[in-house]
Amino acid sequence: MKQSKSRPLTREQVDQFGAELDALHTRVRDDLGQHDADYIRRVFAAVRYTEAAGRVLLYCWFLPPLWVLGVLLLGLSKILDNMELGHNVIHGQFDWMNDPYLRGRDWEWDIVATGDNWRETHNFRHHTYTNIKGMDDDIGYGLLRLFPEQRWRPFYLFQPLVAVIFALLFEWGVAIQDLRLGRYFKGKMAPGEMAAAFRPVGRKMRRQMIKDYLVFPLLGGPLFLPILAGNALANIMRSLWTYMIIFCGHFTADVDVFPKSVMNGESRGQWYLRQIRGSSNLRGGKLFHILTGNLSHQIEHHLFPTLPANRYGDIAPEVRAICRRYGVHYNTGSLWLQFGQVIWRILRYSFPSKPVPVNRVRLLAE
Amino acid sequence: MVASTVKKLLRAGDWLATPLNAARYLETINPLWSDHGRGRVERLIQETPDTVTLVIRANGAWAGGEAGQYVQLGLDIDGVRYWRCYSLASPVQPGSREFSVTVNRLDGGRVSTYINDCLRAGDLVHLKATAGDFVLPAQRDDQKLLFISAGSGVTPVMGMLRQLIAERSGADVVMLHFSPDYAHCIFHDELRASNSEQRRIHLAVTREDARDGDLAGHFSADMLEQVCPDWRSRQAYVCGPSSLMSAVSELFLGAGLSSQLKQEAFVLKRAEVPEGAGGKVGFVVAGKQVDADGKTSLLEVAEGAGLTPEHGCRMGICCGCLATLKEGQVRDLNTGEVFGESGEKVRICVCAAAGDVSLEL
Ligand code: FES
Repeated sequence: MKQSKSRPLTREQVDQFGAELDALHTRVRDDLGQHDADYIRRVFAAVRYTEAAGRVLLYCWFLPPLWVLGVLLLGLSKILDNMELGHNVIHGQFDWMNDPYLRGRDWEWDIVATGDNWRETHNFRHHTYTNIKGMDDDIGYGLLRLFPEQRWRPFYLFQPLVAVIFALLFEWGVAIQDLRLGRYFKGKMAPGEMAAAFRPVGRKMRRQMIKDYLVFPLLGGPLFLPILAGNALANIMRSLWTYMIIFCGHFTADVDVFPKSVMNGESRGQWYLRQIRGSSNLRGGKLFHILTGNLSHQIEHHLFPTLPANRYGDIAPEVRAICRRYGVHYNTGSLWLQFGQVIWRILRYSFPSKPVPVNRVRLLAE
Repeated sequence: MVASTVKKLLRAGDWLATPLNAARYLETINPLWSDHGRGRVERLIQETPDTVTLVIRANGAWAGGEAGQYVQLGLDIDGVRYWRCYSLASPVQPGSREFSVTVNRLDGGRVSTYINDCLRAGDLVHLKATAGDFVLPAQRDDQKLLFISAGSGVTPVMGMLRQLIAERSGADVVMLHFSPDYAHCIFHDELRASNSEQRRIHLAVTREDARDGDLAGHFSADMLEQVCPDWRSRQAYVCGPSSLMSAVSELFLGAGLSSQLKQEAFVLKRAEVPEGAGGKVGFVVAGKQVDADGKTSLLEVAEGAGLTPEHGCRMGICCGCLATLKEGQVRDLNTGEVFGESGEKVRICVCAAAGDVSLEL
């Protein structure tokens, strides 16, 4: 069995470690200003302009290369809207600007999932209980077995196929994640309760569908089908990309999962430690980072989810240096390396494995 | 007609723009095409060394207002939007939607300093609807009015005076305006030029020798008797620092004429909060007020008072606990920073009271 790559720290060390990260956080926060405001407004404009261009080009069906370009631009716009804009704004990263347009709590994005559900499953559950088995739904999304700590069931034999379908329909998966259908099917939720929970989600889904699969195609008249297909492809493109990036964030080979007991009296430093050990980064160029919504800096994001994402790149070397000093493994690699490890996990853990007690993870040196 | 067609088109466009609305797309091209109040600074006029007038042209989404009312002006300073109230110092021009506000630099005032030093013609400002009843009476042509102002308290009064002049009103006006000295007398030349048989404008200086028949010294009942013996029969307006406001209102109270006096206080003092101190926390929706120290998070304070605010992580990362600050300031318990603008959303799980605050909870 593989041991965690991070060395256990003493309580004092963890406290110091936490204090250093706190100081870094404060320093960046005090430095926020015009530059960051301009940045996120530029991203917003880029999303809108690429979207408009992409949608217009889709009407050029008679010139196929232009149509293809339209799909790519629209897909790009949806990726940006989802990642660098939506995900980050919803975290409240730009709340300090006091601009109601960029307020995390009110933000809605161009996907079938509602901002409200995301604020609950992601901002709160996933970010607070990161990689705690039984608390963080993102561990396999109730659909996949990615860690030996999860109990094997025969259903998981189909996991490779399930994973592909899940990737294609990722935005739908995210949309219903908060409904916790599993609990419903087990009879733990009254039908009325489910209907009430579904109503806002259904409304959002309907509006998104009407836009992409009815109104825009209708505007194309005889081009109804090419436009519908273009919109569908752009949505799938976005689903695949976000799936890949998000899975690379927590399911690579060297990340740790934790038992619920880690939360007992967890200090700020220990919380930081858990975030780092449960996350993995991606290496790449500037454009790549933007397309991932800077989730390529997953570690920095999990340490400081409310800091504007455009700052993660700047602080990454410092975070890495701090980790090195404390012997905490800083998990990073190229997209292909990291995603390869994710695929390996999906394949490997579709088969039974020797059960591992979750509490093997030691945060503290006793 | 045109406006309603545009509205209908925009509403149809919302189906294409969901989950945003069509106006957000237009606004991306030109910020003035917003469905929210926006304005463009057309001109700046330096009135005194530390007072500047902004002539603003509002977009169609702004509801307009009357001279003397105040408008909320939102400005982005180093990425952060701040809102401040300023009186309309002119009537809103019907065709052009132009109006002006006059801003006096306050000591340590972030927004007034920015406006005086950094704002340029062409800049964008955010506008919210105007409010306030410091306005001219609806029937005014045969009215007798009295304006008393001091310092930058002259701005709403100037707005009303300009409106009366513009509409060639028959109202009879006496105005009494105080400034420390001539150099700091806002609108000095215009006030002098507006002095007429029908609108008698008296200037007073408090820290310099008076010239050309002007008055010297602070407001007093005697001074008022001297320039305006019939003050008891006039609809009166007063705007200025609190010393002037209380002197005038006491005089009217004593004469049993309080109902004839309209007052506009314009300087809000923010109390200095001693390091680490808490204060009274008001929950305006629940209608409760409790004392809190400077170390307990407002979430805990609210829960202690029997409220159940929404929240998530309780550690400042999920923003599930945001509450709107109505008044006062809060202290970030992680960084110790004291901050808060009214209307700002704050994470109550990591913020404590810094002095008296009220929250929309
Ligand atoms: S409860 Fe999560 S930020 Fe306050």
